[in-house]
Amino acid sequence: MTGTGVGEALVTLTDVSAGYGNTHVLHDINFTVREDQFTGILGPSGAGKTTMLRLLLGSLKPQSGTITRAPKLAVSYVPQLETVDWNFPITVFECVLMSRTARRLLPWATPSEKADVASVLERLGIGDLSHRHIRELSGGQQQRMFLARALLRKPAMLLLDEPTSGVDFSTRHDVLHLLADLHEDGMSIVLTTHDLNGMAAHLPHLVCVNHHIVASGTPQEVITPEVLEGTFGARMEVLQHLGVPVVVEDSRTAG
Amino acid sequence: MTDILEPLQFAFFQKGLLVAALSGALLGFIGVYIVLRGMSYIGHGLSHAIFGGFAAMQLFAAQLYIVGAGLWGVLSAISITAVSRRSRVGADAAIGVITTASFALGVALFAKFGTSGPSFENALFGSILGISATQIWGLVGVTLLTVAVVFLRYRVLLFTTFDPDVAQASGVRVARVEALLMTILSLAILATLTVIGVTLVAAMLVIPAVIARMLTNSFGRMLALSTGIGTLCGLVGMYLSYYASVPSGTMIVLVGAAVFLVVLAITGARGLRRTAGLDSHRESVSTAR
Repeated sequence: MTGTGVGEALVTLTDVSAGYGNTHVLHDINFTVREDQFTGILGPSGAGKTTMLRLLLGSLKPQSGTITRAPKLAVSYVPQLETVDWNFPITVFECVLMSRTARRLLPWATPSEKADVASVLERLGIGDLSHRHIRELSGGQQQRMFLARALLRKPAMLLLDEPTSGVDFSTRHDVLHLLADLHEDGMSIVLTTHDLNGMAAHLPHLVCVNHHIVASGTPQEVITPEVLEGTFGARMEVLQHLGVPVVVEDSRTAG
Repeated sequence: MTDILEPLQFAFFQKGLLVAALSGALLGFIGVYIVLRGMSYIGHGLSHAIFGGFAAMQLFAAQLYIVGAGLWGVLSAISITAVSRRSRVGADAAIGVITTASFALGVALFAKFGTSGPSFENALFGSILGISATQIWGLVGVTLLTVAVVFLRYRVLLFTTFDPDVAQASGVRVARVEALLMTILSLAILATLTVIGVTLVAAMLVIPAVIARMLTNSFGRMLALSTGIGTLCGLVGMYLSYYASVPSGTMIVLVGAAVFLVVLAITGARGLRRTAGLDSHRESVSTAR
């Protein structure tokens, strides 16, 4: 996996500051997402990771700075599971079909749309759940449903907000492999995470954020005690295991 | 049987029954979007705001009251949305200021100048007396318009209701869809105001949709059920209103409340669980930073 991307720039953030109302969450962000990129935005809660995704997505305007997008860029977004209204009365099929809004005036799905939804659900291993209510799915299945909705749009860039938050070890493993496969197929992927060992250490490229960009590079380059202290505000120890950095709480600051 | 048919011999009751059924259906239909968006308070606020326009138009141009009060309602809805978006005033506070001021203006106009249309009490609690052909055609027109809008914009309305952020990112013009929804909501409130009454319209926006939510997990079925329940409440409420000699809106809402209790008894905790997130939908989709 190349991680940093080698192709054309899809979205470029130049000197961007952003926030909500009078609150400033991000300052002076310079960041480019290219074709074939696979990046994790790493940082603690409240550091501005989701805000950065929203800037890339275009759902939030910067307070200052400029954002440049490739023409007709198709972007899909997978929300944080915790922010979804799971009581909303929709089935998996209705949820996935939701992303097909363009040039479609009638409410019901065409035969080709039904086939497309069935195909993407099948690919993600939840083909038999299409008529279930969204709350009846497990955490991993819910994540796959939103991935299915995102993939139905055939995006060039896929954004995921904390895709492994609140899911078990096996699901986290599955999601990572699924994303690696999508990246292999040529999709650019940017996700946010605060999970150092379970997620960040396994990604090809990381950007450490705490209201500004603290560091960026491969996990080997940025998962260091110095960068982690600058990002999370706490001293951590980093060990190496089979070439992968493993973060442990520093015994001098623990307790 | 003859008791049931008896009121049908009166033309005013036939018109009332038609308008009550259509009003219940229309409010039940559009109420699904209002309830699922956690915007029940907007229905409550708008009905009060429109009352101001209604009273003013009765005074200055009674024949054009639908146009004037409709415009008033749409402007109120847009003002509420704009104030709550662009300033530090929250939507609930914005509604509190804009709609109660408009309602107070309506009360003042009624008190000072009286009305050529329905009485103050009828405007508040609904009445089937004196329903004109214009009102019936107005209600039919608004119902057809609402059905057409929902039919043609079904997917974007669903997408922006469930997940506005992702809808925006997927190319849906969320602000435009919200303005469209606010417009048809204002027109629906206005068209049903005389039968259901200002103070009770909001209840009929909420009750059928909540009952439908207790009965199904599918959005499409919820729309159909809520429309059916609204129609039923309108029909039964109108009949009971005739026999009990109480305002039509009051009885329609009481029938809705009774249906709610029956469904609650049948569905129990499962039904209640399904309605649990209805008041917090907006917050749940916009908390992440």
